[in-house]
Amino acid sequence: MRGKCGLFHTSYASETRFFQSGFQKLSLGLFLVLLLCSPFFLSNYQVSMLNMINIAVIGAVALNLLTGCCGQISLGHGAFIGVGAYTTGICTLAGWPFFAALLFGGLVTAVVGMLFGIPSLRLKGIYLAIATLAAQLILSYVFLHWTSVTGGAIGMGLDAPVILGMSLDNDAKMFYLTFGVAAASVLLVANILRTRHGRAFVAIRDFHQSAESVGINLFAYKLQAFAVSSFLAGIAGGLWAHYTMYITPEQFDIMLSIQYLAIIIIGGLGSVLGSIFGAVFVTLLPEFLGVLAQWAGSFFPNISMYFLALREGIFGLILVLFLIFEPEGLAHRWRLIKAYWKLYPFAH
Amino acid sequence: MEYYLQLIVNGLVVGSIYSLVALGFVIIYKATKVVNFAQGEMVMVGAYICFALTVQMGLPFLVSFLMTLVFSVILGLCIERVILRPLIGEPIISVIMVTVGLSTVLKSLVQLFWGTQIRVFPPVLPSEPIWVAGVPIAPIYIAAFVLSGLLFAVFSLFFKYSRTGIAMRATAMDQQAAQSMGIGVKNIFALSWCIAAVVSSIGGIILGNINGINAQLGHLGLKVFPAVILGGLDSLLGAALGGLIIGVLENVADGFMQQVFSLPGFKEVAAYVVLVIILMIRPYGLFGTREIERV
Repeated sequence: MRGKCGLFHTSYASETRFFQSGFQKLSLGLFLVLLLCSPFFLSNYQVSMLNMINIAVIGAVALNLLTGCCGQISLGHGAFIGVGAYTTGICTLAGWPFFAALLFGGLVTAVVGMLFGIPSLRLKGIYLAIATLAAQLILSYVFLHWTSVTGGAIGMGLDAPVILGMSLDNDAKMFYLTFGVAAASVLLVANILRTRHGRAFVAIRDFHQSAESVGINLFAYKLQAFAVSSFLAGIAGGLWAHYTMYITPEQFDIMLSIQYLAIIIIGGLGSVLGSIFGAVFVTLLPEFLGVLAQWAGSFFPNISMYFLALREGIFGLILVLFLIFEPEGLAHRWRLIKAYWKLYPFAH
Repeated sequence: MEYYLQLIVNGLVVGSIYSLVALGFVIIYKATKVVNFAQGEMVMVGAYICFALTVQMGLPFLVSFLMTLVFSVILGLCIERVILRPLIGEPIISVIMVTVGLSTVLKSLVQLFWGTQIRVFPPVLPSEPIWVAGVPIAPIYIAAFVLSGLLFAVFSLFFKYSRTGIAMRATAMDQQAAQSMGIGVKNIFALSWCIAAVVSSIGGIILGNINGINAQLGHLGLKVFPAVILGGLDSLLGAALGGLIIGVLENVADGFMQQVFSLPGFKEVAAYVVLVIILMIRPYGLFGTREIERV
């Protein structure tokens, strides 16, 4: 690399490498060390935000694999996360070890996701979106009315996860668990995208007929995408359930599905880095709005009354604005910024 | 037996409103190929505007009804111009998500102005029930049914005979060919959003007269999908029949489940169970165009 101004790839392997330069490796390493140390100098509340971001990252990379890379729109991921949450919760209540319960929750969600992915063979685009919307509403109904298993509208109380006899009962301990799982999921999805399977997914998204004519089995690959994606969604659900320690059906309603779709659109469709950006942005947005409302409260005393309605409205507005003005998301903007600084004094 | 007859009648009335909202949905889809997830919220906005004019400003019902229609035209124009036009040619997920975003914006605007509690329209028609075939029916139900039937007749004639209607059908069939024949495709897009907004406002006003309105009215939009999928996404007749069938089906299924299995709230999902079955067997619906792909 030394002595060249820019990156020159001479093989496919070098092009698909994660780290194109030593600087990238170094800066990411420093950032990870900073993150791992963060529970020691951040407040409890800030660490809890980090936990929420970690969980959102898992769900977002999962959905981005299915919707962004494979092109299969899913309006049902909120419910899939719910399936994972309930299954993991029921298993730990029955005395299973935490990781076994988490894995089992993921597997059950994968099966449910594949079941609702079966129509994807015949259905495309809008039809598939409506089929997954049906999945969302039917699963929500099951959460609410299968009272003997899910506790119905009252919900289900859970304990903090216990790993090797150690109870993860505070935010700092929980952070290392959610961070570990989030990092593993990101690595998994990023690696899937570099394999034959990932390239098949992208081919299906770009044009399904050409994909089929070069020998990609559409049905098998679509089902695989559904399976991996809902497996990770289930894992995210299991972690979320044990982090909040209380789950109710409203948590997993259609707004959650919409929120995850918003995350991947704001972050950037089909980009792993974009999922992370989107998750950070959407998780921190309510906090930012809260600060804003407090500041505005000194001018309009009763603004807090309208805060809830305003929050959803601003969320929708940001989604619309992103789609109109920044359709490729934050990941694209990040690339532009990097490209600008790379050539900084001589950019033209 | 009378229990089920009552359920069927209720289902027909609710179904006729579903048909109206589905009509708006189908008109947009036919002309612009946009799937509108904000249809239910457009119903809600129409209902609240009419409520504000009638109750809060004290205008006579007929005046406020007409003013609501004018407002809907403006709303439809604004939505098309500001939000949908920049997205022409974008992938389908972007278009879906922009209407989803629009729906949350409209919902929160309604909550900001009118709060979340239920609001009731002043009665327009007498509440004495009329007896039809041994079943008591409120006059407002009959008015709702007749009004939506009338609207369907008007729109069917409009699409069949009027110059604009034929231009809209041409646009739906092939945008490029329509453009080259001198049809302003952008105007047709705007017009279809206007019609959809007007039709859904009428649906909202009827609903407000029957049940009162609250900020949850937008959920009605979710019921439209089963109706249009059953009827076929691009068929007006399909929207009419689909709405009626879904209305009757969910009422009867709900009543049946409650009576036999004492399972509450099945109404919420009955339509979606039907939807999944239709998608498996006949995804283009009863009257929709069957898409054939050639390589």
